[in-house]
Amino acid sequence: MSLTRRKLLVLLPAAAVAWEYVMADTPESSPNYKTTDHWWGMLLDITKCIGCGNCVRACQLENHVPDGYYRTWVERYVVQDWGFENLRVDSPDGGKNGFPVLADSGGRSFFVPKLCNHCADSPCTQVCPVGATFISPDGVVLVDKKYCLGCRYCIQACPYGCRFLNPETKTAEKCSLCYHRITKGLTTACCEVCPTGARQLADLKDPADPVHEFLKTHSVQVLKPHLATGAKTFYNGLDGSVR
Amino acid sequence: MITVKDAAHLIRLAAAFIAGMVVFLALRGLLVPKSFGEFGHYRGAALGEIAAQPVSYAGHQVCQDCHDDILQMKRLGRHGRVACETCHGPQARHAEDPGSIVPPKLDTAVLCARCHEASYSKPMDFPQVHPVEHSSGIACDTCHEPHSPRIEAKGKK
Repeated sequence: MSLTRRKLLVLLPAAAVAWEYVMADTPESSPNYKTTDHWWGMLLDITKCIGCGNCVRACQLENHVPDGYYRTWVERYVVQDWGFENLRVDSPDGGKNGFPVLADSGGRSFFVPKLCNHCADSPCTQVCPVGATFISPDGVVLVDKKYCLGCRYCIQACPYGCRFLNPETKTAEKCSLCYHRITKGLTTACCEVCPTGARQLADLKDPADPVHEFLKTHSVQVLKPHLATGAKTFYNGLDGSVR
Repeated sequence: MITVKDAAHLIRLAAAFIAGMVVFLALRGLLVPKSFGEFGHYRGAALGEIAAQPVSYAGHQVCQDCHDDILQMKRLGRHGRVACETCHGPQARHAEDPGSIVPPKLDTAVLCARCHEASYSKPMDFPQVHPVEHSSGIACDTCHEPHSPRIEAKGKK
């Protein structure tokens, strides 16, 4: 059979359609969950956080985080002046058991819950030499612990200090945004237990998600916006002193 | 004119190169996981493996199936938006096997203080007390029903 120019022009789009059809059947993580329908982030409201540490404990129990390591933690800020002068930050045991009462020394004080920012252009995934850490199609930065070498490049690359080396598995570890829960229609463990609603899981691709209304009506900021990491953890009431 | 004999060194080089490529491709096929590159520069199967991790916190929807009476009371009170597992801890195993796995009784002296102990770092509008001044060490649930903590709601003064 000779391949004429006419036949080639017909066959090329046909092959493209066939390839699309083959790829469409690629199995995904959960049967009723389509990764392309979601784009996950989180809303953190500093004006509501009471520093109870429920999120830190829940994260540890849900994800079996070793003692002394944190996928999420809470910081307490005491700011006396314009933010960079006389700044005091503490986070005893990641805020896991709450915070010891502090005498009112004037100025302002507040709690800041922290976790992986699930950056859309994350510095940590860019430096991984083997593709063990990656951004999932639904916008969650994950670690493939079977593939991780434990080289620690990503731990140095994260500007938010959200990664650590698990002392048991010797692989990099971080917040997975409870990927095993959100793909089942549940919220993350930290958002589930937050008593004041200071943490809320947000699906930025879902037009019905209340996060859109919140982002429309509040002055919301991300951490270190000058780094252009595309962070998807939005903070309401963020003070300029928070790093 | 160039004969085969003249080009023998080139053919040997080409053969070595092809052999090298075959070894490289065979090793690559053997060592790179099947699903690598399925969605991007990573192992596609990792998504499913991470999603397969078991859940510890069942979520308040599950609690409602059996404890609707308590949830009804909670919904009307000040703790209406606090999830069950905020205080009771992870109960997915209890939900699967309610008979043999019973959640422990909670110590209100620790539990309530964690949220409600007064601190100037907390938001002003959040209800806070100095535990010693407030109750001089009496357990919180002596007066307050934890699921609906307003004292009027319990009919006491």
